[in-house]
Amino acid sequence: MTAVSLSDVSFSYGDVPVVDGVSLDVAEGEFLGLVGPNGSGKSTLLTLMLGLRRPTRGEVRLFDRPAHDFADGERVAYVAQDATDAARDMPVTVREVVRMGRYPRNLFGRFSADDREAVASALDRVGIADLADRRVGALSGGQRQRVFVARALAAEADLLALDEPTVALDAESREAFYDLLGELNQQGMTVVLVEHDIGVVTARASRIACLNKRLYFHGDTDDFAESDALAAAYGANQRVLDHDHGHHHGNSHDHQRGHSHGDARAEPEDEQ
Amino acid sequence: MSGLVALAATDLLAVDFFAADSLAPLLVADAFTGVFDWFLTAVVGGAFSWLAGVTGLDFLGYPYMQRAYLSVLCIGVVGPLVGSFLVYRDLSMVGDTLAHTAFAGVALALFLDATLGLAVPPLLGALVVAVVAALVVQALIEYTDARSDAALAMVLTGGFALGSVLISLTGGGISVGINQYLFGSLATVSRADVGLLVSMGLVVVGSVAVAYRPLVYVTFDETAARASRLHVRAVNTLLSILTAFVVVSAMRIMGVILVAALLVIPVVTASRLGRSFKQSLLYGVLAGELAGVAGVTVAYLYGLAAGGSIVLVALAGFVAVAAGHRLS
Repeated sequence: MTAVSLSDVSFSYGDVPVVDGVSLDVAEGEFLGLVGPNGSGKSTLLTLMLGLRRPTRGEVRLFDRPAHDFADGERVAYVAQDATDAARDMPVTVREVVRMGRYPRNLFGRFSADDREAVASALDRVGIADLADRRVGALSGGQRQRVFVARALAAEADLLALDEPTVALDAESREAFYDLLGELNQQGMTVVLVEHDIGVVTARASRIACLNKRLYFHGDTDDFAESDALAAAYGANQRVLDHDHGHHHGNSHDHQRGHSHGDARAEPEDEQ
Repeated sequence: MSGLVALAATDLLAVDFFAADSLAPLLVADAFTGVFDWFLTAVVGGAFSWLAGVTGLDFLGYPYMQRAYLSVLCIGVVGPLVGSFLVYRDLSMVGDTLAHTAFAGVALALFLDATLGLAVPPLLGALVVAVVAALVVQALIEYTDARSDAALAMVLTGGFALGSVLISLTGGGISVGINQYLFGSLATVSRADVGLLVSMGLVVVGSVAVAYRPLVYVTFDETAARASRLHVRAVNTLLSILTAFVVVSAMRIMGVILVAALLVIPVVTASRLGRSFKQSLLYGVLAGELAGVAGVTVAYLYGLAAGGSIVLVALAGFVAVAAGHRLS
């Protein structure tokens, strides 16, 4: 079964292409690491996968439904890059946030015993049950990220999508957090992780997609280490473009674009 | 989820309904008006007269002061209640923006009255224009590249500009009545104004109670809410319309320029006090009530502007809480 299926997906802001001709499948139970330089379109690709944006071209399917048309909100959990910033100021407890995971299933009715049980076991599972009545803004960065994962667990989501969740964390909490993601994946949750730290991803993910507008590599983690897709993807927007690799779809504009823009950082940032 | 859409639709219908009803008695039917009159004289009047007797404060027995108190009690509930869903999304200026466009609605109603002889109740004009502005603001934020604060600033000034031009078009003849809309007034609060506030209050409290979960989710994490397939646009529309309801119904007392303060100041005050969101909602309402009652009392005793007094008391409360927070 495929959780996410992209076929020849492109996306542009106005006439600035951000994602170009990407095709890939994410199988259920997979842990996909989505890597690429700044401004490479990885955050945008994640939102395309979730149906939060519609591609300019191509098709995105989410659990065998057109992604924009997908209606089972509880199956999909998303931790956006700026999600934790918002959590800092608003007075809201850990439990209140984790309860939000149940909202797609129960938006208006009274919370059932099942709902409460799901919230309690989610808090327990990520090890923040003792923090349940604390204000989210008063937690450490690592604890706060666990709150968002607990929200996904409370939803009993099948797909967890995270966008650079550990940017603000110290090395130790980062390790612990990725251990948690690894465990959840082993228990069957599909994980798609956008991450700029390639070492972290290759240690945990089962599959890697390496992106810089177009897809430079998609395959098993081990093969990724042996390929030179990384250098190609990170080099694609630099002045020095070694050579053209065979992974892309033969788009003749690639060379031109790579040279004319010079630096990946000059591209519009796709982080929202 | 379709329930939410239905809810938003009901609110729109309610607007149509008010329009059809020409808002004169403002309440659903004469029977309702009767009940409300009874409520105003027997329940509210009785309670306040009793209070006046107990405390020896004569002004609590004056009907216009009773109306003023009842009004600020309503505003103190609905202001922070709706404001809590705006402040944490950096949308604090929405209230102010809609209030200033509501001014254009008042001016439009007075203009139609003065030129065409169409008797449109000013508050109806305000309500219609503020709701339209709420939808325009939302569309501007959603569909254009305008940053939301710039979009709000444009609609705010645009609304006020339209209002001032409409007033000048009538040669200043109607500007006499404008002051009380700009700065608010205690003495001119009519039974109909209070009726509007009470019924809007019920609509707002009921809507927030029903749509509490989607409102909280969208306030906390709009993208995740979208990923979870909540109807974020419907929630935003509901919130905009509720905001328009609140500013229009409160503007006779608070004035166009100050009405948005009670959507913001008590919420910010309470954000330091509450731990959970529900708790902070409760503290926000308490802060709004205290500011409203104290403000009206001070305004009466010293002959000051009501809206300004309420806002200053609310700010004093904020400073006190912030200072206490720092000391503890």
